[in-house]
Amino acid sequence: MLDDFMVRAALAGIGVAIAAAPLGCFVVWRRMAYFGDATAHAAILGVALSLAFSMSIFIGTMAVALLMALTVSVLSGRGYAMDTLLGVLAHSALAFGLVAVSFISGVRIDLMAYLFGDILAVSRGDLAVIWGGAALVVALIGWRWSALLTSTLNEDLAHASGIDPKGEQLVLTLALAITVAVAIKVVGVLLIAAMLIIPAAAARPLSRTPEGMAIAAGTIGTLSAVVGLRAAYVFDTPAGPSIVCVAALIFLASSMIRNFKSVR
Amino acid sequence: MSLVQVDGLSVRYGARTVLSHVSLSVSAGEIVTIVGPNGSGKTSLLRAIIGAVKPFRGRVVHGSGVKIGYVPQKLHIDETLPITVSRFLKLPGGVAAADINQALTQAGVPDLSGAQLSQLSGGQFQRVLLARALIGKPDLLLLDEATQGLDQRGSASFYQQIERVRQDTGCAVLMISHELHVVMSASDRVICLNGHVCCEGTPAVVASAPEYRALFGTGTGGALALYRHEHDHGHDHGDHNHDHNTEAAE
Repeated sequence: MLDDFMVRAALAGIGVAIAAAPLGCFVVWRRMAYFGDATAHAAILGVALSLAFSMSIFIGTMAVALLMALTVSVLSGRGYAMDTLLGVLAHSALAFGLVAVSFISGVRIDLMAYLFGDILAVSRGDLAVIWGGAALVVALIGWRWSALLTSTLNEDLAHASGIDPKGEQLVLTLALAITVAVAIKVVGVLLIAAMLIIPAAAARPLSRTPEGMAIAAGTIGTLSAVVGLRAAYVFDTPAGPSIVCVAALIFLASSMIRNFKSVR
Repeated sequence: MSLVQVDGLSVRYGARTVLSHVSLSVSAGEIVTIVGPNGSGKTSLLRAIIGAVKPFRGRVVHGSGVKIGYVPQKLHIDETLPITVSRFLKLPGGVAAADINQALTQAGVPDLSGAQLSQLSGGQFQRVLLARALIGKPDLLLLDEATQGLDQRGSASFYQQIERVRQDTGCAVLMISHELHVVMSASDRVICLNGHVCCEGTPAVVASAPEYRALFGTGTGGALALYRHEHDHGHDHGDHNHDHNTEAAE
């Protein structure tokens, strides 16, 4: 079954959707959308470094994404305006990454594959990495779920319950870095944030509890991956962007449901 | 034995010292109110007691086995986070449904457990926060300007609820408030804070202390008169105006 590239692509997409769902909810609740974007953009620098030192792309992108996320976390409390800081860091990391890639001679790399993903070329090995990473992210967030939720609601409430919000922030940062590294093959660095945010945002009007929203986001993400791949096959469109387009359409539909509810 | 003891506490944010050499203690069952101008370190003091800020000097000692319930100043629930009152009260975990209902009843909002947190009114929300603090059956309640954003009736009824809770459960209360005239009459002890402890004592003693008057200026007369007003049933409308000056000056 895994011999079929479409099956491998679908499984890869579903793996990313499942990892992105609970994390994406926290990104939305904590207003970290730009943070996710910055971390993802930095990953292209990770790609360049991995190629230069001929190590695993997964490890390289994860390391750089983690470094980026930690840098932002540390700098954010020091009097910089957050959006300025992220604008500077995200785009410089992307630019330095693109320049660094151009220095790597000998290896012909398809930059587009890293910017927009190359889900149809997912190998069995990639699949193992994606599902391994996704399982790790889900386990990490599931394990810290209540503490993360409490810290997200209010940091002082968390302290009063004996939870360290900084530690929980670190858990999210780590999960974000893993997700970026895992998703780069599927949707590429430019669209990773979309997989985090759009399914979660689409799930919001349909949910009454945080857990319900995470599950709905996972379902919407999975649906987007499967339908998007099918559409890409039928209409001969790029796969990663097609997945994101389907997610966006589901978001539109779910927003209309909410408006309909509020009119009634 | 005191429930919590603060010894020579100093708190710094970077190079800025917000609290220096603050010492205080709270005994079982008493209501202690902290008053002070904006930026006087009131919130930092409470945050140091719950462990959210590390002391620069000094220490905070909790009595052994003392449970603390904390009601934060204001809690913004993002529209994007769907959560019911009962799920909120269960966080971070291990709370029985019966305890949740009991806490909601004690806080005066028994019917809210299924409501969405983001759709509560200001007064309902503060009571839900109070319920959350009560769930662990605390020996000490910490309240940080818990009536911010409530109108006068709302905050008066909130403070009545606090007194009722104290009667029912016997817990001590340490609270910050800017509504001097309301809280002073309900307090056993008032601590006037301005980076350090200016003065402390019974409400009447603090209200007439020169340090307190220096801090709150002409408005002091208003707060004091209103305090007396509630006890002596005087009716001087000029004093009400003074009171508004106090709040405007803060």
